[in-house]
Amino acid sequence: MTQLLEFEKPLLELEQKITELRKFSAEKGIDLSTEIQTLEHKSNVLKRRIYGQLDAWQKVQIARHPERPNFYEYIPWLFEDFIELRGDRLYADDRAIVGGLARFKGVPVTVVAHCKGKDTKENLQRNFGMPHPEGYRKALRLMEQAEKFGRPILTFIDTPGAACDLAAEERGQGEAIARCLLMMSEAKVPIVATVLGEGGSGGALALGVGNVVLMLEYAFYSVISPESCASILWKDSTKAREAAGALKFTAVDCLKYGVADEIVREPLGGAHRDPRRTAEELAKILAKHLFRLRAESPEALRQERYEKLRAIGVFRTEVENGSRESGAGPASRADPVNPANPADPGQADEKTEISLDEALE
Amino acid sequence: MFKDIFRKPKYVTLNSVPAPHRLPAEHGQEGAQLRKELPDGLWVKCPKCGEVLFNKDLEKNGRVCTTCRYHFRISARERLALIADEAGFEEWDAELRTVDPLEFPGYSEKIDGAQAKTHLPEGVLTGRALIEGLPVVLAFNEGFFMMGSMGSVVGERISRAVERAIALRLPVIIFSTSGGARMQEGILSLYQMAKTCAALARLAEARLLYISVLTDPTFGGVTASYASVGDIMIAEPGALIGFTGPRVIKQTIRQELPRGAQTAEFNQDHGQIDLVVERSRMRAVLANLLRYHQEGAIYDSTVGV
Ligand SMILES: [Zn+2]
Repeated sequence: MTQLLEFEKPLLELEQKITELRKFSAEKGIDLSTEIQTLEHKSNVLKRRIYGQLDAWQKVQIARHPERPNFYEYIPWLFEDFIELRGDRLYADDRAIVGGLARFKGVPVTVVAHCKGKDTKENLQRNFGMPHPEGYRKALRLMEQAEKFGRPILTFIDTPGAACDLAAEERGQGEAIARCLLMMSEAKVPIVATVLGEGGSGGALALGVGNVVLMLEYAFYSVISPESCASILWKDSTKAREAAGALKFTAVDCLKYGVADEIVREPLGGAHRDPRRTAEELAKILAKHLFRLRAESPEALRQERYEKLRAIGVFRTEVENGSRESGAGPASRADPVNPANPADPGQADEKTEISLDEALE
Repeated sequence: MFKDIFRKPKYVTLNSVPAPHRLPAEHGQEGAQLRKELPDGLWVKCPKCGEVLFNKDLEKNGRVCTTCRYHFRISARERLALIADEAGFEEWDAELRTVDPLEFPGYSEKIDGAQAKTHLPEGVLTGRALIEGLPVVLAFNEGFFMMGSMGSVVGERISRAVERAIALRLPVIIFSTSGGARMQEGILSLYQMAKTCAALARLAEARLLYISVLTDPTFGGVTASYASVGDIMIAEPGALIGFTGPRVIKQTIRQELPRGAQTAEFNQDHGQIDLVVERSRMRAVLANLLRYHQEGAIYDSTVGV
């Protein structure tokens, strides 16, 4: 059975009751279908209510759920004939990043992804999805190869952040990330980046410079982890929930600030409840963007990506008579969401999703 | 994440020291114990060797300790004065102002405080100047403004400066001092890393020179973006440079970094930096490198105007 998160606990009781009633009814041959139906209806209403009002911190819990599918689990649903290519040709093969060749709806693409482990053993192998410089240099090598052969690049982001230890410092973690940013901004092939789960800081951004950036519904993409933010702001890492609200890092927020372009809907309860359906939904949206981008000229692709990056940021220009606001953000973007109420950091998704789709159609 | 790099002063610096110097030159392990309060604005105690220095002598020496060569932290304006010709500095985009796009707790107050302390609108200075008669586009982080952190305005001004350098066909020198991307602007700050790198990629494509000078301290999102991709990488002696700050590494994985880790010299030994250059020689070294890129190039395009 799926591991329930703290805020899902109210569901547990109902679900257990339904199971019990079913068992009882079968064993004793008593018809309890009316009672069961009532409970099921209750459970669905509750589920919708819980998932319709998730705050930022609850989404973080879903994004970090131990059963949330990692990149490997999506491969069979997304691609045909995946060939993993390994190593940075300089130092090592970093398992925190997985990359290679694949066919996406028949089109050869290069894929590069963060990859967390599914258990402790695999997490140690993959350093919990936190790449060292050799991981980013592998990513760079594969993306340069894609550029050489004119293959579109699909990246998938899911990392708490880049590795932070002496080894990473010695081998130039900052430079390794920065080189990915340079290369991706200049590439003449289509790049679609998808945040699958955790988008942790610079270590995530290193794969995040796309013509299009997609985010799964419960993914988050942040400059800093909510725990670190809380310990800086309030000297108290247990206030991560407040920090999560303040950082405005949910998919809905990222769409509003011009970083994300479209949100990929997850099954009720999160991607781990139905990885296949999540992948199918993702594939549909990936295909839509990729096939549009493939029709564009290399120069147009590069220019569009540049303009997208160039527009990110919010500031104002002081002029003699007052000031005007610029940058992508609430002012110039389709803003389907009411600005978050500071007292209520999370946003009700049910209400916003419909208008998001409309805004991007 | 890298706030710890610029810890609050553990001692009170002297009142007569101009505002930008109120931040202590925190430096390595040995400096920590030596910081002492001094009774008199005329004197400053070197945090590294403990020597008590006459403030005026220190000023004359570019705020480098006359005994042990320790490089005190200096402001963007001071740096500009030390390397550019007196002919003047054409500042760009000073009218850009920070807003509080996330309505982040305490951010507006922080900005007000930093502006009052530094008399600058934001934590960056960009523009055009001459170095030994050679025209160049310059950008400096202001370390005394919210730890030199990069938000929308810092990212925008650096990107615009680089774009103008391409239009004017001028080389670019960026002096970095930063705790990283600015937490208070969230994802917008994170993407300033990509934005500045995109502009620099175009500069590179135009075959124009970019010299990155790393000064104490440079960390986080700035290290992981524009600061690390210079054609020539320079650092000041003893400057702390890295991706993750030592305190965060210790907190996260309980690893204590060895003595001397993340210094300019450590980074040079590990292949991350070309030159470690003392402040007193910086202007001459930069001018020489600029001249190298004006003469004898096979591509006409490398010759600046
Ligand atoms: Zn000294």
